[in-house]
Amino acid sequence: MRVAYWPGCVSRGFTPELHGSMELVAPMLDIELVQLDRASCTGAGVIAEHNQELADTLNARTFALAQQVEGADMMMNICSTCQGAQSECQERLDANAEYREMVNGTLEGEGLRYEAGITNKHFLWLMVEEIGLDVIASKVKRPLTDLRVGPFYGCYIVRPTDRLGISDELPRDTYLAQLIETLGGTVVDYAGSHKCCGFPIITMNKAASLKQAGRHIGDAIDADADCLVTPCPLCHLNLDLQQPLAQREVGRDLGLPILHLPQLVGLAFGLSPKELGMNKHIVKPTSVVDWSTSVVAGVGAEQGGW
Amino acid sequence: MPDYTLKIRRYSPETGESAYWEEFQVELDEHRSVLDGILQAKDRTDGSIGIRCSCRAAICGSCGVRINGRPGLACHMHLGVAQKSSKDGQTIVVEPMGNMPVLKDLIVDMDAVHWKKIRRVTPWLLPDGPPPEREYVVPMESMVDVTQTMACIQCGACVSDCLSMEVDPLFIGPAALAKAYRFVGDPRDGQQFERLKDLAEDPHGIYDCTHCFNCIEACPKGVAPMNQIMRLRRIAGSDHKIEDRNNGLRHEKAFVKNIEKNGVLAEADLLPDSYGGKFHPRAVPELIDSLPVILRALMRGKVTPKALLPHKFPDQKQIRRIYDTVHDRDERFELNLYIVGKDEDEDGDGDSRSSGNDPGTAQGSPGSSPPERSPNT
Repeated sequence: MRVAYWPGCVSRGFTPELHGSMELVAPMLDIELVQLDRASCTGAGVIAEHNQELADTLNARTFALAQQVEGADMMMNICSTCQGAQSECQERLDANAEYREMVNGTLEGEGLRYEAGITNKHFLWLMVEEIGLDVIASKVKRPLTDLRVGPFYGCYIVRPTDRLGISDELPRDTYLAQLIETLGGTVVDYAGSHKCCGFPIITMNKAASLKQAGRHIGDAIDADADCLVTPCPLCHLNLDLQQPLAQREVGRDLGLPILHLPQLVGLAFGLSPKELGMNKHIVKPTSVVDWSTSVVAGVGAEQGGW
Repeated sequence: MPDYTLKIRRYSPETGESAYWEEFQVELDEHRSVLDGILQAKDRTDGSIGIRCSCRAAICGSCGVRINGRPGLACHMHLGVAQKSSKDGQTIVVEPMGNMPVLKDLIVDMDAVHWKKIRRVTPWLLPDGPPPEREYVVPMESMVDVTQTMACIQCGACVSDCLSMEVDPLFIGPAALAKAYRFVGDPRDGQQFERLKDLAEDPHGIYDCTHCFNCIEACPKGVAPMNQIMRLRRIAGSDHKIEDRNNGLRHEKAFVKNIEKNGVLAEADLLPDSYGGKFHPRAVPELIDSLPVILRALMRGKVTPKALLPHKFPDQKQIRRIYDTVHDRDERFELNLYIVGKDEDEDGDGDSRSSGNDPGTAQGSPGSSPPERSPNT
């Protein structure tokens, strides 16, 4: 399928391995990515906090650009925060024709126009709902046998449930667990799976922010997780990049590898950790590599973590 | 009548024993509430089960509990639905709410946390000058704006699952901050600036919310406390220019400017700018603290030197023009779907199609949504 692809800012900035691994995994799933190079940041909730209309207009512009992509089935995100921020704006834009006209009035100058009702899905939703877990299972070359994976959903992709269309028919708040099982891994049940990583307040209340990250990682370790997987690069920043500081904050050893969603899929599809950019993580994915040393050349395994 | 299994968390501090789980079988129609189930167990099996309740109709806010790990009113959840949403599809798990000490079984100490925080925000009107001879007269639209926060029934469900409060118990929290907006947004109140200054400067105030949406999800009345917190921030920052010591406004400004300048986020600028700029005295210790992390990221190739340089963005002019158009408006628009409802929604509180207002005029935020009162500067 062909999708208008919005990678977001962080996946091309501080977590380049996310965008990189997505580009490798997409063709294996017959997804053609048409990147929205002209789209702007979604505002991550912060622009909406400053001025709702500004955030809505910026995202309406992105939706309009996506609607111009010929032959695209839908729009796709790989960042939960982008998905959540855009869903919030879309909810307002789609709810009220008059408001939509006002926003479209601002976009008119560039010949852009947003038509209500764009289908915009996170890669996780797209995999489960459009491609299907059976198809994904058929592409697994190296099942994640014995790998204990903790799903870390974060906030933006699971709440609020009505806005995100989560229901009995679309239990999107269970998709990570379903996917981990499909890839052959074992799902780890732990307290923090649907909690906040703390990233949004890292500059305002650093101690509280790091405590959140540290606590969830600790809970996952206590539940014998080998790694966490997250659909959000901002969660990845707080859980991986800040893990040494989070460790200091909560006063216990952590050292739990954090994987991006396409990396986990890529591993099961037979790609090497290095191809998937796992060597770029702050917490070396040693435990993940140990599990498949026969296939995977040891990325940083020799140094035993960080 | 169907049978249901309720697994209730029991705890009586005076016994000195730790909390434990106990299962009860109840026999009720699927449309009866979890509260009805608890009361039947109490009536037929164990009279010592502690639960606080009164109206049984989702009005009094007494019976807040966690059902299957989610906060809500026990009287507002059907047994059938609760069973369906339980982990094993059978056992309905009922626990006391979180973030508050347990007094007994399902009863938490609302005084110790919830009410203390509500009192913290001065939850009464502080008008300027002497009171009028008769009642206050205010425009109707301005009161419609605060009706969402007035819908709060003080059940504590949002407090129970606030993820900021979980790591920072001093956080003022969703219920109290929603209550704060009820007065900040009231045209009769004369202390808008003082209230906001206080809440912005408090390290556990409006900028301590981590934006997790748990309170929105928890609220049985649609108060959406997090949205009210964002409105408090918007008014504090944009209208009153309150520069708080928590970097709240600085971070927001840095982010908004960053996108205006770069289109997509230039992360390398965001962190120092959030502390007031690379050479700001506040930024230096922060950057030094983060230095080992940044260096490690550079060494791993996670953060490339390219990522530290400004990105080239093709349509920057368009983005700037959108910023200018929106910022040049006389009034800041806010579309509150709680108040105006959706176009398709016939039963919505407001009918946006009938208003026929020009969305560009001063009174004319789309639909019947009241525009914020403060000028857009």
